[in-house]
Amino acid sequence: MTTATLKTGIQPISTGRRVKDRVVQVLVYLAFLVAVVPLVSVLYLVIKNGLARFDMEFLTHSMRNIGPNDAGGGAYHAIVGTLEQVLLASLIAVPIGLLTAVYLVEYSRGGRLARAISFFVDVMTGIPSVVAGLFILAFWILVLGFEFSGFAGAMALSILMMPTVVRATEEMLRLVPMDLREAAFALGVPKWRTIVKVVLPTALTGIVTGVMLAVARVAGETAPVLLTVFFTDSINTDPFHGPQMDLPLFIFSQMQLPNQTAIDRAWAGALTLILIVMLLNLLARLISWWRSPVRKG
Amino acid sequence: MAKQIEVAELDAYYGSHKAIEGITMTVEPRSVTAFIGPSGCGKSTFLRTLNRMHEVIPGATVQGKVRLEDQDLYGPDVDPVSVRRTIGMVFQRPNPFPTMSIFDNVAAGLRLNGRFSKSELNGVVEESLKGANLWNEVKDRLHKPGSGLSGGQQQRLCIARAIAVRPQVLLMDEPCSALDPISTLAIEDLISKLKTEYTIVIVTHNMQQAARVSDRTAFFNLAAQGQPGKLIEMAETSKIFTNPTEKATEDYITGRFG
Amino acid sequence: MAQDLKKPEGGPAMRRSAFRRSRGDTPFRFVSTGAGIVLLAIMAAIAVFLIAKAVPALQANKANFLTYFDWTPNATVPMFGIAVLAFGTVVSSFIALVIATPIAIGVALFISHYAPRRLASTLGYVVDLLAAVPSVVYGLWGFTFLVPLMVPPSKFLNTYFGWIPLFGGDSVVGRSMLTASLVLAIMILPIIAAISREVFLQAPKTLEEAAYALGATRWEMIRMAVLPFGRPGVISAAMLGLGRAMGETIAVALIFPITFNISFQILSPNGNSIAANIANGFGEANAIGRGALIASGLVLFLITLLVNSMARLIIARRKEYARAAA
Ligand SMILES: Nc1ncnc2c1ncn2[C@@H]1O[C@H](COP(=O)(O)OP(=O)(O)OP(=O)(O)O)[C@@H](O)[C@H]1O
Ligand SMILES: [Mg+2]
Repeated sequence: MTTATLKTGIQPISTGRRVKDRVVQVLVYLAFLVAVVPLVSVLYLVIKNGLARFDMEFLTHSMRNIGPNDAGGGAYHAIVGTLEQVLLASLIAVPIGLLTAVYLVEYSRGGRLARAISFFVDVMTGIPSVVAGLFILAFWILVLGFEFSGFAGAMALSILMMPTVVRATEEMLRLVPMDLREAAFALGVPKWRTIVKVVLPTALTGIVTGVMLAVARVAGETAPVLLTVFFTDSINTDPFHGPQMDLPLFIFSQMQLPNQTAIDRAWAGALTLILIVMLLNLLARLISWWRSPVRKG
Repeated sequence: MAKQIEVAELDAYYGSHKAIEGITMTVEPRSVTAFIGPSGCGKSTFLRTLNRMHEVIPGATVQGKVRLEDQDLYGPDVDPVSVRRTIGMVFQRPNPFPTMSIFDNVAAGLRLNGRFSKSELNGVVEESLKGANLWNEVKDRLHKPGSGLSGGQQQRLCIARAIAVRPQVLLMDEPCSALDPISTLAIEDLISKLKTEYTIVIVTHNMQQAARVSDRTAFFNLAAQGQPGKLIEMAETSKIFTNPTEKATEDYITGRFG
Repeated sequence: MAQDLKKPEGGPAMRRSAFRRSRGDTPFRFVSTGAGIVLLAIMAAIAVFLIAKAVPALQANKANFLTYFDWTPNATVPMFGIAVLAFGTVVSSFIALVIATPIAIGVALFISHYAPRRLASTLGYVVDLLAAVPSVVYGLWGFTFLVPLMVPPSKFLNTYFGWIPLFGGDSVVGRSMLTASLVLAIMILPIIAAISREVFLQAPKTLEEAAYALGATRWEMIRMAVLPFGRPGVISAAMLGLGRAMGETIAVALIFPITFNISFQILSPNGNSIAANIANGFGEANAIGRGALIASGLVLFLITLLVNSMARLIIARRKEYARAAA
C-alpha cells in the first residue's frame, strides 16, 4: 500500500465533516419548526379571535337585516349551506367515483378506455378549483340558464371530489386479496355479487376514509362556490333554488367589510369551518387507524 | 494494517428483543474467520456489531465490549462513523450506488475523507479494482453506471469500494449467496488473496465455502425460536469440520439439523 | 398526490380467469363502465363549455388578448389581455415554490431520517394538518395578520437590499407580491413535503447501509443514497406544488394589490393573478366580462395542465429508474 491513507488505529473524522453534518441536522430541525410556525399561528389566531363571536346567536342566526356595521348576526345560513352543498356534492361524486374505480380495477383489462379514464382522472386532479367553478358557471348558468344555487355549487365541488374518490377507491380495491375474489367465484357467486358483497365491504373503511378526506377538502373551497352559489344574507334551505351561502363564502364576504364586528364574524366562521374540517379529518384518520393491520397485528 | 478484534460478553438487542447474548471471541489478524449457524441465530447481527452498523437500525442497541487491538469501539468518545471507515463491510446483495459510475462507486469512500488529486484517485481506484480482480473486466468502461455489471461483478465492485478506503478489517455477510458458482469462485479466490493484508470475517451458509476459505470457524446457535443466539464453539476450521467439541456443532455440519 | 407514486399497474383484472357471466353481471358492468365514461364526458364538457363561452368574448375583444396589459372587458369598448395576469400567476407561484421547496425537503428529511422514530408519524401528521386548513382561512390569516406583519421586514429589505431589482421600488406595502407568495408557499409546503417524505422513505435501505459502511456521516449518507434516489420524486412534487399555487384563488385574491402592470419589484404594490382576478372581477362582470374571465380561466387550466403533465412525466421516468435500481 503506497498511498498516504495508510494509518493505524481509528482515526476520528475531520472537523469539517462533523461540522457539516451538525449544520445540516440543525437546518433540518429548523425547517420543521419553520413549517409548523404558520400552522400554530393560524390555529392560535382562529381560536383566539374566533371565540369572540362563537356563540349561540352565531350558530343559530343568519345575517338577514344585519347592516355591515351592526354587531350580532350569525352564520346559520352558511352552515346549512355548507352541509347541504357538501352532501349533494358527495351524492354526485361518490357513486361516479366509486363505480369508475370498480370499472378500472375489476372490469377493464388495461384497455384503451381504461387508460384514457386513468389519464383524465390525473388531469382532473390538477384542475384549479376556480376552473371547476367557471365550468359550472358556463355550462349550468350561462348556457342552460339555471339560476345560482347550492346545487350548482355542489356540482362544481363534485368535480373536485371525483378524482380523489376514484384514486382512494382504486387503491383500496387493489389491496383486496385476489384469493378473496377467487374464493367467492369458486362458490359460484357471480362477479358483480362478489364485488358488491365481498370486495367493496372489505375495502369499505378505506374508501370511507378517502371520501371523508375529499369532503374535508371541498368543504373549505371558496372559488367554485363564489361563481355558482353566489351570496345571500338570508336563510335559504332549498339548495335547488336561488343563491345560498356557505362558510367559506361567509368568511370571504365578512372579512372584506371594513369594521371589527364583521372581521370578528369572519374569524368565528373560520373557527366553525376548521372545526368541521378537522372533525372530518380526525374521523377519517380514526377509521383508517381502527382498520389498520398494525393495530390488529 | 490488519488488526485483531476482541469481543467480550456482547449482547445485542432490537428494541427489547435480545438477538444475541454473551458472545466472547477473538478474531485473529491476517486470517479469514467464518461464522456459521442456522438461520436467525444472529450471525448478521453479531457481524454488524463489529463495525457499529447494528445501531443504524432504529431501536437497536449493544451491550458489551469490542476492541480493535487496544481501542474500545464502543468507548464514549468513539465516533461510529470513524469505526465504519476503519472496518469495512460487504453485504449479502451487491449494492453499488446506481446513480454513480463504476469509478465513482470505488472513489465514493475516498471522496468522503478529504480531497484527493485526480491522479491519486485514479491510482487508488485502479489499485482497488485490481485488488478485487475486476480491473480487466471494467477498465474500458469505468465511467459507465455500476448497475450495468453482472451480479458477480457488482459484488466485486462492492468489495473494491470497501477496500478503496484501506480498512483494517473487512466484514462480509454472505457475500456469495446471491451469486452463481463461477462468480462465487472468483470471490473466494479474492478472499484468499485479501487475507494477506486484511482481517476478514465472513458469514456463510455454505459449509464447503467455510471449509475452503476460512482459517478459523465460529459456530452460532440458538436454543429455541425467540431465544437469543449464542456462540457455541470456535476453533481452527479443520478442527470444527473434523473433530468438533460440541455435539450441536457436529449435528449442524453433518446436516443433521438446520 | 402521494398515492399516485405507487399506483400498482395491472390490477386483479389482469389475472382474472374467464368465469361464466351471470345475469346480474351485465348491468353492473354496464353501470360501472358508464360511470367511467361519464367522467370522461365531464372532462370533455369542461373543455367544450369553457371554449364556447370564451370565444364570443375573445371576438368582442378590441385588444390583443395575449399582449394587452389591462383588463376592462365591461367597458363599452371591451379590451382585455392576459399578459399581466399570467405574469403574476407564474411569478408569484414560482417565488412560492422557491420559498417552499427547500423547507419542504427539510421537513421531509426530518420526518424520514432525523426525527425520533416514535415521533415521526405523529409529526408527519402535524405537517399534513397544514394542508387541511381551508385556503379561505389562510386568506383571512394573511389578510388580517400577515399583511401588516410583513411591512417592517419589507421596508428593511427595501432599504438595505433595494439595489437588488427584486426588492427595489419606491413604495413598500404589506399587500405585495411577496406576501401573496409567502401565503402560497405555506399552502403548497405540505404537499411537497408529503410526497418528498414518501420517496425519501422508499430510498433503498441497502444503499443507505452501503454509504454508512463506507464511513459516511448521516448527511453524507443522505447525499449519497437518499437524495439521488429521491430527486425525480422531489422535482415532480415541486411541480405539483407549482400547479397548486397557480390555481389558488381566495387566499391571494385579498392580498394581491390588484394592479395591471408587470414588474419584478415584489415589495411594491404590483401584481395580480388569473385566479384572483376571477374572484375579484366576477361580481361586477357583464356578459362579455364573464366570457373574458372564462377565457382567462382557460389559460390558467392550460398552464396548470402543462405543469402537472411535466410532473407526471418525471414520476413516470422515476418508476423506470426505480425498476432499474431494484
Ligand atoms: N431489523 C431487525 N429488527 C428486529 N429484529 C431483527 C432485525 N434483524 C434481525 N432481527 C432478529 O434478530 C435475530 C437474528 O437475526 P440475524 O439476521 O442476525 O440472523 P442470521 O443468523 O444472520 O440469519 P440468516 O442466516 O438467515 O441471515 C432474528 O431473530 C431476527 O428475527
Ligand atoms: Mg444474516
